[in-house]
Amino acid sequence: MLKIENLHAAVTDSDEEILKGIDLEVNAGEVHAIMGPNGSGKSTLASVLMGKPTYTVTEGDITVDGDSIVEMMPDERAHLGMFLAMQYPSEVPGVRPWQFLKAARDARDGANGEKKMSVRAFSKLFDEKVEEVGINPDLMRRSLNEGFSGGEKKRNEMLQMAVLEPRIAIMDETDSGLDIDALQAVADGVNQMRSPSRSFVIVTHYQRLLHYVRPDVVHVLVNGRIVETGNAKLAEKVEATGYRDYVAVN
Amino acid sequence: MMTLNASKIEPNPIRHADVYRNDWDSFVANQSRNGSASDRAHELRRVGWEEFNRIGFPINRRGNELWKYTDLRQIDRMPFRFGAPSSGISLEAIAKMVPLPREWQNVVFVDGVRDPSIADSGSQSDGLTLRDVTAYEQLGALAGCESNAFVSLNSAFLDDGLMVDIDHDVESIKPLHVVFVSTGSDLGQRAVYPRIAVSVGRGSHATLIETHVSMADGSHLSVPVVEISMGQQSTLRHYRVQLDGEDSYHFATTRVKQGEDSRYRSTSFSMGSSIGRHDVLTMLDGEHAESTLHGVYMTTNRQHQDFEISTTHSVPHGTSDQYYKGILSGRSRAVFSGKITVERGAQKTDANQKDLNLLLSHGAEVDTKPSLEIYADDVKCAHGATAGHVDEDTLFYLQSRGVDYDTAQAMLIRGFAAEILDEIEDELLRTFLEDKLDELMPALQQASDTIGTA
Repeated sequence: MLKIENLHAAVTDSDEEILKGIDLEVNAGEVHAIMGPNGSGKSTLASVLMGKPTYTVTEGDITVDGDSIVEMMPDERAHLGMFLAMQYPSEVPGVRPWQFLKAARDARDGANGEKKMSVRAFSKLFDEKVEEVGINPDLMRRSLNEGFSGGEKKRNEMLQMAVLEPRIAIMDETDSGLDIDALQAVADGVNQMRSPSRSFVIVTHYQRLLHYVRPDVVHVLVNGRIVETGNAKLAEKVEATGYRDYVAVN
Repeated sequence: MMTLNASKIEPNPIRHADVYRNDWDSFVANQSRNGSASDRAHELRRVGWEEFNRIGFPINRRGNELWKYTDLRQIDRMPFRFGAPSSGISLEAIAKMVPLPREWQNVVFVDGVRDPSIADSGSQSDGLTLRDVTAYEQLGALAGCESNAFVSLNSAFLDDGLMVDIDHDVESIKPLHVVFVSTGSDLGQRAVYPRIAVSVGRGSHATLIETHVSMADGSHLSVPVVEISMGQQSTLRHYRVQLDGEDSYHFATTRVKQGEDSRYRSTSFSMGSSIGRHDVLTMLDGEHAESTLHGVYMTTNRQHQDFEISTTHSVPHGTSDQYYKGILSGRSRAVFSGKITVERGAQKTDANQKDLNLLLSHGAEVDTKPSLEIYADDVKCAHGATAGHVDEDTLFYLQSRGVDYDTAQAMLIRGFAAEILDEIEDELLRTFLEDKLDELMPALQQASDTIGTA
């Protein structure tokens, strides 16, 4: 489904290369965890997959179902079914969550030649997901993420994921800074959406989230390269020994 | 009271003095023939003319803080004419440009004159009387001519205008919508001098919607003056909508005097004119008065909008809030000059001032000039100003959900303005202004270049 080949990426308009040749293949239904120390390039990888203009792909390719997405705008990637749960979701004054998600859903359905959901049908879906994700409905009357706590912002990301129903969901340190309840909510969000046709790439520093969401494949990313790949046991090993050994070698 | 305009300004000879003089002479002669207007009106016209003739337009900006950022040379270069209004403008044509709903009491002026061929639409309210402004004994008491070219011009060419007299303890009246239509046609470069005086009686609550709109694209000059006097415990919700044409010039003056426990709340929406200026002064003369001056302005291409916003606290326990937001694109420019004066003895004053700007292009510029003059020691006074580009992370965030660049940009622009527009309680007006912003969106976006590169 998602294939990354020899991916190199740098900060746009600079020589600062952050990703230095990444190979990764995520099949339908798989959950991949990408672990690594601070500054290893984990978040950059998540951003590059979604097409953040801050970074430029300098070499290699990213394909979805065999087609390269490197030249695509972030919204075009979203139309393919990609989703990035942000580490630091922006606060967007004057834009209501419902209004924003309806526009996003309409844009994707429109791009894919599907019929736009009626206001009524969308509202029903929205309300269902608000309840499912367990986000305070009062927050939905505010501007998007404005005055939300860290945990509420992450739950809101889960709400967006639930409403947009992506095929490839990338989570950028969604677990960082969360208390145990919020972490559980994020894990529930992922577990409820796991399906044979949906893939997840979970970027995380700690193993915490992986206690709740069992990954199929675990990669260790150090200094812009994947240095080890294994099954869920690899995450336990990293938890026990830390990244010290990898960093020393790489 | 007139400290704002009291700075000594060097007189500037008026380039087309003969044009203004001829028009004034025939205007005054006409008024005398009709013999309808009061002596007071005649006197005000004379004082206005003499002062304008003495000082001219403030084109010499050296040492003149009030006009530091706004260049009036092109105003002086044009011979703006005063004359009979265009005829044959239908109510239907006006209703295509501005809402004139039955829910409001609508009064329409065409080229500065209340057009008798266009009947006031909507119904009259009990407790609200409309008269000629010349009948008002206090006319000119709040907006003085001295050293003020535009108040002087308006006074010199004082026509019937509109006096809005609201009785005391009037609770529920329809919003009064006063529309000033400039035709700009059949008189070359036309000047209009609208005048409104509002007196809100003790304990009354009213809503005034003041709309300025052009029917033609040509250059014209609009110089409105509004004087508002508010009795004890009265409330006035004042909306000001400036939709003059992009080649027009708009120089407005608003003066508000507030009595004890009164509440004046204004929201202005400005997107018209080539050079526009709104000079507002609210004077809190009674204790526990509240003044809220909010506004949003949108400029594109080479437009220039100037806001001279002043609040004077002369007695204790006053609350005031100045909050303007600007959206600038192209090579446009805005000026926000916010002044708060707290006079000696005006203890427990709580005053806030904020001007936030969204710059959509590298060529756009905003000059923000806060000025706080505080002569009391037990006051709270805060001010702040920002000018920033659209946040790249926010744009990426919206795009990552499937919304394309232009739509995301428009959402952020709309969202920025929403904080001010959402305050508009009148749903008809709010919807109209939201639509106006949407109509302007392509022009704003076309002239933008910084989003995503900041």
